[in-house]
Amino acid sequence: MQLRKLAFAAVGALVIGGTAATPPASAAEQFVPLLVYRTGPYAPNGIPLADGFNDFMQLVNERDGGVNGVKLAWEECETQYNNDRGVECYERLKAQGATGSSVVNPYSTGITYALIERATADKVPVLSMGYGRADASDGRVFPYVFTLPITYWAGADVMVQYANEKEGGSLKGKKIALVYHDSAYGKEPIATLERLAEEEGFQFQAFPVAHPGLEQKATWLQIGRQLRPDWVFMWGWGVMNSTAIKEAAAVGYPMDRFVGIWWSGAEADVVPAGDAAKGYKSLNITGVGTNAPIFEDIKKLHADGKGLADPKNIGTVLYNRALVNSFYFTEALRTAQGKFGEKPMSGEQIQWGFENLDITQDKIDSAGMTGLLSPVKLSCADHEGGGSAVVQQWDGAKWAAITDFISPRRAALRPAYEASAAQYAKEKGITPRDCS
Amino acid sequence: MNATLARPLTLWLLALPVIIAVLGLALQGLAAVNASVFFAWSYFLEVLFAGLLQGVMYALVALGFVLIFKASGIFNFAQGSLVLFAALTMVGFIEMGLHWTLAFVVTAGVMVLLAVVVERVVLRPLVNQPHIILFMATIGIFYFLDGFGQTLWGSDVKVLDIGIPKQPLFVLQGVFEGGILVNAFDLVAALVGAVLVIGLAVFFHYTRIGRALRAVADDHQAALSVGIPLKTIWAIVWSVAGIVALVAGIMWGSKAGVQFSLALIALKALPVLILGGFTSIPGAIIGGLIIGAGEQVAEVFIGPLFGGAIQDWFAYMLALVFLLFRPQGLFGEKIIERV
Repeated sequence: MQLRKLAFAAVGALVIGGTAATPPASAAEQFVPLLVYRTGPYAPNGIPLADGFNDFMQLVNERDGGVNGVKLAWEECETQYNNDRGVECYERLKAQGATGSSVVNPYSTGITYALIERATADKVPVLSMGYGRADASDGRVFPYVFTLPITYWAGADVMVQYANEKEGGSLKGKKIALVYHDSAYGKEPIATLERLAEEEGFQFQAFPVAHPGLEQKATWLQIGRQLRPDWVFMWGWGVMNSTAIKEAAAVGYPMDRFVGIWWSGAEADVVPAGDAAKGYKSLNITGVGTNAPIFEDIKKLHADGKGLADPKNIGTVLYNRALVNSFYFTEALRTAQGKFGEKPMSGEQIQWGFENLDITQDKIDSAGMTGLLSPVKLSCADHEGGGSAVVQQWDGAKWAAITDFISPRRAALRPAYEASAAQYAKEKGITPRDCS
Repeated sequence: MNATLARPLTLWLLALPVIIAVLGLALQGLAAVNASVFFAWSYFLEVLFAGLLQGVMYALVALGFVLIFKASGIFNFAQGSLVLFAALTMVGFIEMGLHWTLAFVVTAGVMVLLAVVVERVVLRPLVNQPHIILFMATIGIFYFLDGFGQTLWGSDVKVLDIGIPKQPLFVLQGVFEGGILVNAFDLVAALVGAVLVIGLAVFFHYTRIGRALRAVADDHQAALSVGIPLKTIWAIVWSVAGIVALVAGIMWGSKAGVQFSLALIALKALPVLILGGFTSIPGAIIGGLIIGAGEQVAEVFIGPLFGGAIQDWFAYMLALVFLLFRPQGLFGEKIIERV
């Protein structure tokens, strides 16, 4: 018995000691907390994302010696995509490093919602890249939330533009169905699609799918056998995506008229559906594949034994998204250093960096990221930055972009952001900043 | 099949066409007064049939719960993770190059081994403990298997394709314009479910082990006193539940891909069990059919009135309504306690 207790104590000491032994970020390093989900129901999506972050930051440290000489330090915290764990991770990591957390990438609309007020109070920028609240693009009300390069509302607009073009320039009299995850995330595009239905004269019908989305037979019988729409859009996540593709095939719905949002367009969404997924389309906010020059550097990093990702994830949709996400951050850091000096930046300084971020095509090319992203330019009022999305198609083995980057029609979207943000400000008693 | 089971089954079979006709007429009436509801008899039958076949898929999962509850009175919280673990293991062996039939056999062996370990490590030290303690232990097994499976085989979504046809078929084209859509995969699942139920029913009623299992279920102490080895029986029943989980895992894994969410389908088995009874194997099938058909019909024809996505809570509501009238479920054993 004594021996057993000793063994338990030894294991406990090792575990605790192991955690404590993790070297803290030094005063000369910029600390980045990584909220990841490498386990749980969304791990197939979370792993390539986490891998992309790790590889990019490692590359910046190894190839460039950091950002203007300031090396990046990071620590992963497992959220399992749970809101409560996300908040716990944020709290645990926010005081790490010389300047505390400099940014937080929640990778969950739910965690983003949970962190908006906390992070704003703590002056930590929330970078919700292609997720979270669309109205947070209004920087006057949401000074610490950034939605670049594009929001869900803008995504809905891009989908309609694409369908319109494919229908020869008019959607009048056509039918569009939306299959959506029955959550705050899934409901984001509905108002935009309803507005566009009115403006462009198409019939719109939405079909909610309960979490996790393993059963969609009834939904697809309604779509495939009753409504028979010209286009189906999907706002799905996790197992819902592959199940939807399979059920669509089971009712004979043509895949080339089925378009998912960028969270319904990774490898993990189509591979489980097998041949049924061939021809399925989705939006993407980043480029696909490994053609960009940066992948040569990543290959070299791995060849030198310093890569941190599982090599099979390199070039996948979500790995590339994390590369672009990290690039946005390092560019915001570089911008902030331009004003405040070449040293680790605080969250408040990096918020300034984001608001003054101007990623031009030249910067993209010189970073070796040609084709992976489109230019963005942010401001105090505009936290979305004018980004765009491509349409990609699954050929049974890989994703391939089938359009150039398509810009959403922001002239109509911006007033909607502002109206919704104003409503939020009223509810929360926030006085919007003056950005003029 | 005993007489107590045959009578309600016969009644159900006779009542079924009447129930379907009444339900159809009611929905037709609803469609006449509410424009958001679409009704056509061919469409109604299509939805109903799809629901019945979906119900078989639920029943496949529910069977595993019934087996363990029948033999030990424990509600096995870990059944969902057994399904996931079995499917992950089988895909793992297929990826190693084994033919799926061989992978099935090897995985069945792994599930038996797992059952023996569960009996030795978890159940044996808890003999004669209250059922709630054993239930709590199964929660522990759930979390262990969940993590262990992912550690062993990874968290990626895996494809399981054993060649089950998936193409849509159109039947009764001469009766209804355009016919009724049925998926070949669902028909195979129904066949598998039927074979499994018949096999289990025979095993429980006509084999020595089956009778011993039922004796243990009735009274642990009495079964022990007549020489039935409780430990062996528990290992056997967990083995059988593991193999049933493997079959359910193959069917669900072929349908949705093998991934963590498979463990969540256990939630779909709960209303089936409430309705069919925790101790009846045919009850799991009938419960599955009613829940499957009920929720699909509700989602398609009543869902539009509530904004959709009602099928999950509707299944539980349907089960609760049954619970009001038959607390032991449709085919469960009536519990009579003297006080």
